[in-house]
Parts: sequence; C-alpha cells; structure tokens
Amino acid sequence: MTDTFQLDGATVPFEPGQTVMQAALAADHYIPHLCYHPEFKPHGSCKLCTVKVNGRTMASCTMPAEAGLEVESEIEEINALRRTLVKMLFAEGNHFCPSCEKSGNCMLQALGYDLEVHTAGFRHQYPDRPLDASHPDILLDFNRCILCELCVRASSEVDGKNVFALAGRGDTKHLIVNAESGQLKDSNIALTDKAMQVCPVGVILKKRVGFSQPIGERRYDESPISAQALLDAPRPSDAAGDCAACEDAP
Amino acid sequence: MLPDANPIYGESPRCDLHADLHEIVARHCGEKTNLLQLLIEVQACAGYIPADAASYIAATLDIPRARIESVASFYSFLHLKPVGEYRVLFSDNITDRMLGNQDLMEQMCRQLWLQPGKVSEDGLLTINTTSCTGMCDQGPAMLVNGHAITRLSSQRIQEIGQLIRNRTPVAEWPADYFKIENNIRRGGLILDNKLAYGEVLQTTKTITPETIISTIKDSNLRGRGGAGFPTGMKWEACSNAEGDAHYVVCNADEGEPGTFKDRVLLTRHPDLVFEGMTLCARAVGAKKGFLYLRGEYRYLLSHLQGVLQRRRDSELLGENILGEQGFDFDIEIHLGAGAYICGEESALIESLEGKRGVPRNRPPFPVTHGYLQQPTAVDNVETFCQAVMAMHMGAAAYRAIGTEKSSGSKLISVSGDCASPGIYEYPFGVTVRQILTDCGAVNTRAVQVSGPSGICIGEHEFDRKLGFEDLPTAGAFMVFDDSRDMFEVARNFVHFFAHESCGFCTPCRVGTSMLKQTMDKVAAGHGTQHDLTEIENLDHVLQTTSHCGLGRTACNPVLHTLKHFRPAYESRLKSLDFEPAFDLDGALARARQMTGRDDAGAHLKESE
Repeated sequence: MTDTFQLDGATVPFEPGQTVMQAALAADHYIPHLCYHPEFKPHGSCKLCTVKVNGRTMASCTMPAEAGLEVESEIEEINALRRTLVKMLFAEGNHFCPSCEKSGNCMLQALGYDLEVHTAGFRHQYPDRPLDASHPDILLDFNRCILCELCVRASSEVDGKNVFALAGRGDTKHLIVNAESGQLKDSNIALTDKAMQVCPVGVILKKRVGFSQPIGERRYDESPISAQALLDAPRPSDAAGDCAACEDAP
Repeated sequence: MLPDANPIYGESPRCDLHADLHEIVARHCGEKTNLLQLLIEVQACAGYIPADAASYIAATLDIPRARIESVASFYSFLHLKPVGEYRVLFSDNITDRMLGNQDLMEQMCRQLWLQPGKVSEDGLLTINTTSCTGMCDQGPAMLVNGHAITRLSSQRIQEIGQLIRNRTPVAEWPADYFKIENNIRRGGLILDNKLAYGEVLQTTKTITPETIISTIKDSNLRGRGGAGFPTGMKWEACSNAEGDAHYVVCNADEGEPGTFKDRVLLTRHPDLVFEGMTLCARAVGAKKGFLYLRGEYRYLLSHLQGVLQRRRDSELLGENILGEQGFDFDIEIHLGAGAYICGEESALIESLEGKRGVPRNRPPFPVTHGYLQQPTAVDNVETFCQAVMAMHMGAAAYRAIGTEKSSGSKLISVSGDCASPGIYEYPFGVTVRQILTDCGAVNTRAVQVSGPSGICIGEHEFDRKLGFEDLPTAGAFMVFDDSRDMFEVARNFVHFFAHESCGFCTPCRVGTSMLKQTMDKVAAGHGTQHDLTEIENLDHVLQTTSHCGLGRTACNPVLHTLKHFRPAYESRLKSLDFEPAFDLDGALARARQMTGRDDAGAHLKESE
C-alpha cells in the first residue's frame, strides 16, 4: 500500500523519496513551477511552486512527501504570492514578449498568463546584459535569464561539460560561459546538448530557426501551461532510465 | 607592477604571483575543497585574481574555469579585475554611520580625487563601503587591504590618505591604527573563567561520549548563534548519524551587524573555544574540525594558529590526545571572504567545501549530511565556550544560572549611543533596561536586539528580558537615542540585506533589492502611501517564500520600525496616492556632471 497526502482536498499517492511536486505531477495535479524539471534533482530557487503545508509555506519541489500532509496550492493566498514572484522576475530582467522569438514557447510568459499577471507592477530594473552572438549556431540573450540554473545543471549533469555557471551574488547574479574569453564560441557546447533544450525562457536560442514555427501555433498557444506541464510529467509507468527524476520509482 | 603582499602575516613584502602560485596551490594539496582558501591567498598576494592565475588553478585542480569566476564573484573581498594597490573599505554599519563614517569617506574621496567604487586612474586605490566589520565599539572602522583599522577620525583619514599617496606599505603604517580593544565591561561565567587550558579535557578524556552528551543535554545549553537549538540534542543527532567521518565546525563568521563578541572570545579565550570543539569531537566521534573565521577577522589568524600549535605541542590536539588511545582530533582554520550568508550553517559548509556560500535545501540537515555530506556538528564560538563551562561545573550548577528555559550566560555586544560600548556578560534573564543603565545610555529611543535580523524595541518594552522565553538574541545590542532617525536605521539595514542576499531564490534576490529602492524613494522625498503598502507586500513575500533565514528576516527592520516609529516614515511621504519612482530632475544628473553645471538653470523646476 502506498502512502498518501492531501492536495487541495484530493488524495495524492506517493513513493518514498518523492517530493510533493513529483508526487502531485505524477498523479495529474499541476503545481506552478519554473526551475523544476522532471529530469533533474529539484533545486528550489524560483519559489513559484510554493504551497501551504500544514499551514506553513514551503517549496513543493524540494519538500519531501509525507503521509497525511495537508497541502494547499490552488488558493488565492498562494496564487497572490506566485503572482508577485512572476512580477519580480519580469521586472528583474529585460522581457519584451512581443519581440521575443520564444513568445508562445516561454514558460515565464505562459505562467504570467495562467496566473493572470497583467503588468510587472514593480519598477523595471533594466539590467545591462549584453548578448553573446559569438557562436555560429547559437545565440545567448542574457536579458531574459531568470537564473533557474537548468542549463547549468543540464550541461554538468547530462552533457558532462559545464558550459554554463552562475557568477556574482544578489542582484548582480548572472549566467556565465565556461571559457577564458567568456564567449560561447570558445566553449565546447554542441547543438545536441541537453543544455540546449532546457531553458524555460528565451536565453539559449538556436540561430536561424526562431520563427520557423509561427506564433499562434506554439506550445502554450495550444493549451495553457497547467495542462502542458502534466503532459511532461514522468509517470511511474514510463520506461525506466528516461527520466532522472523517476529513476528510483519501481 | 604587483602590489603589496600580506605584510603583517610575515609573508614576503613583495609578491611575485607567478613564482608563488605553484607553491600556493601545492600548499593546498590541489584540493578542490580548498578552492576558496586558495583564491583568498592569491587575492592577498596579487591584490586580485588574474585571469591566467584562474586558468592555472582550474587546470591544476581539474575543475571548470567558470567555477573560479563563479566562486570568486560570490565573495565581496575577492576580485577578478585589478582594484587598486590599496583597497579601502569603510565599515558601513549604522553604528559607523552614527560616528560619522560617511563624512570621513567623503573627505578621503576628496583628498584623493576619487569616486567611491571606482579604481583611481593610476591604479593606486579604490574606496568603497563594506558590511559591518565587527568593530562597532571602536568605530568608525575600515579595512585596508584586509587589515582592520579602528577609531577613524578626520585627522587619521588625512594621515592615511598621505600614506597611500606616498605608497607606504601597510606594514609600515603606525601600529596604533591597527590596535583593537577588547572593551570588556562586565565579566561573568565565560569572561572571568580561570580554567587552565586543557583542564576540562583532562577531566573528561576518560568519560564516554554518551556521558558528555547527557551532561550537555541536562545543562539545557542552547546554541548562542541566534536560533537557540539545544546543543546536546545536536551533538547526539550528529553522534548517532552514520557516515564515513564526523566533523565539528565552529562558526566564527560573526557577520550580524552590531555583533563582535566572538572576536573578543577568539582574542581572549581561544583555548576555551578550541577546548569546546575538542569536547564536541569526543562526543560526536569527529577526527577533524574547522574554524570558519570571517575574512574581516583575518588579523586574528596567526594568533589562532599559534594557539593551535601550542595545543598540539601540549597533546591537546593531534593523535592520542592527553595519552588517550584513539582520541584523535585536529582543527583547521578556513577564512571567509566577505559574505554574511556564510553565517548560515549550510551556506558555511558549502563555503568550507570551497564553493559559493548558498544555503542548502533542508532536510537533510548538517547533523546527518554536512561537510562532504557527512555528519557535522556546527556551533557558534560562544556555544563551544559555554559547553566547556557546563562540563566543568556540571549540568545542575550550570542550569542554575540564567532562567528556566535559558540556562547559562550570554555575551552582549553593546554599541551605539551609550557611554561605554563593549562586551557585557550577563546571566540570561537580564532586562534591556539593566543593560542600558550599565552601559550608560541616556534618552534611549530604541534598541536593536540581535542585529538587523533581530528585533527593534521601543521604550515601552525596555523591561523585557533577554532569553529564549522573551527576547532571543545572538548578542548584538545597538542603542539609539532620541536624536536618531529610526527610518534611516531601517534603511541602512535594508541596504545591508540587499548587499548580502546570495541571490539564489527569487523573493530574496529581487525582493531585497526592490525593498531597498522603495526605501530610497521614500528617503528622497518621493514616497507615498502606496509605497508603504508596497513595502508591506514585499515584506510578506520575503517572509513567506524565501529560501533561508536571510530573506525571511530581511524585512524585520522595516516591519518593526513601521510598527513603533511609523511617523518617521509618514513625515517623509508626499501627500499623494502615487508618485513615480522615476525622477526627471535626477535623470539630468549625468548631464550636469558632464557639463560641470549645477546652477538653477540646469535643474528642472519642482512641479507641485
């Protein structure tokens, strides 16, 4: 018999070692998230997945599931926090959705729509973040970076390359490239790398294919992120080895 | 030309990094966990971390080069670009401000024709501010190339400016500049102890770890770093945890602004600290311990290393301590490099491992998965001292001191508006009023207890008692009299948190920075009621969603001062519902600077 916890009144089963987020997604319950990715160890930095557990706010992606927990996610109090966090991310970087080639495929934008964030609300920071167009096939637009570290994790854990790293701290934290010149052309990145696939926003872009998929026919044009995230979620029945996050599942 | 090396510590007066680099890396055995220590030495030698040095270290340690940049840029005392032969950092705690540090910094900038934060054109120096350097009882204070200078005055600044201009090596500056007082005003259990070093180890070397743990548990000793976790329980959990090795870590990253008691303990009673660590090692079964010393206290390094060596020579450290077979333990000192967050125990462990000091996800906790994922007991400097006293006196006698839930004594670092700032030791349960009387504070408006992350109390609360039942404290006690503007106090603390946020989680990285900007907007006279609502909203998000204690407590100064001293905020507001943060006239500042104009015609008229 598997243990269960309660999520917004629904009973969610879980396997030992699963976090609240992993169990919820596996059982077809969406909890908003940005830095969480089913194939990587939960990280817990974006805090979009904040939920109330037995009355305390916690990040659900790193919170170990326990029998009998009372988890509240789809409540106004929590969604209000998430809205503020999304607004913070929009104000922190330089996000111009109408001219961004990731529009429609961007998780931050999709979350903004899903949570009904209509304005950044905060004073825009307009950070100075020069592009890196040095690589013949890849463009880095740091303006849109939300510092989720997915590319850092993918490059180190999957590709075994460490192409990306984070530098600075606080509001000077930023993404850097592993090369003495600091430029992507001097790194050993390849188009086939996992790091090329995981950016939830529009930082790591393949050149010359930006608009091959027309706006209006993109991922989050079809259905909202709350539905799309469930399609991505690993299920216990998935082929073992496909997904790092469910490797331990039977 | 390469700048001065680290003269006070007996290294060569001129450093040839290219010759020394190989030796520095070799001394650290090419260990990745020593990366931060290695970078600190390169910084001390060359004044920054040159690109080719970074590449060499990366290749030798077999780590990605980006990691060097990633780690170095996390710590505010490390630089990847040249920042001047002389690096002057003014301590910028509110107590330094109250003693006039801003005027002194301005004076120095004028004297040396320099803007704060900029490297002078000849590469001679930079002048900037840094978070509290732990000299609040003898401020204003500064660090010059890492060396602490206290009791700054206009004359002293004048002299320092001249010494820098003449390129006089810091080692040849007057010794009086570097004199650091202990200022012990009231002794007690710890400060008046007459224990000979090794005395307690001698009596406990044959008793079982279980007996040590049960004595500490029975003594009700709780951690003195602020959180107040029962020390005995921590040691027991660490001892019970399975691992390849157990570790003891002493948290001497005393970064909370207004706190300086650990500095005094490490100066006056280092044996007590090391004895406590050794006792803990015996209890949890550790063979290795670390003392993580904040970079600001680097001047204590050679003194502490001398004490460690004496203890090794006296069989109090090393193999078979005091002849007891299998009682092996030694202590290594690691330096910090200007990151308040490393006072958080899991961030401290990351830093010990040579990484960025980002707090870990918990659980698991350090007692089971600490240094190198092994069971680790992390305790504050003062906690180790208290543990020795509890062991020496016995649990019952120790418990008799203080109050029911807070046994033993507490060292209080008193600074701010009072006649006698310094260290005061009291049994727990002492009232705020008693301390104010003892330190000679008059017309006191407020006291910031336990630093910016603690609590600010007003006059009607001065009968409250220090202790875990009422006012828990890590030891800071900053006094503000009725001439002080509590809004400016809160604004200083908000700037501190924004500067020290590690940037890992969204709410703290963005929220502390937004909070800072909103406070600055109010300070500039552009605030409205809307901004106060905004502040309250930011506070709520910080408090509920932050990854660690820094974010969760970053709003405390504002929350507490808004509660007690709301008029200090409201008197600054414009009577408008909304006022844009964008300042049209301010936007012309650069144009004014470039044209050298500051007349009325170069300003926009204030539209009311």
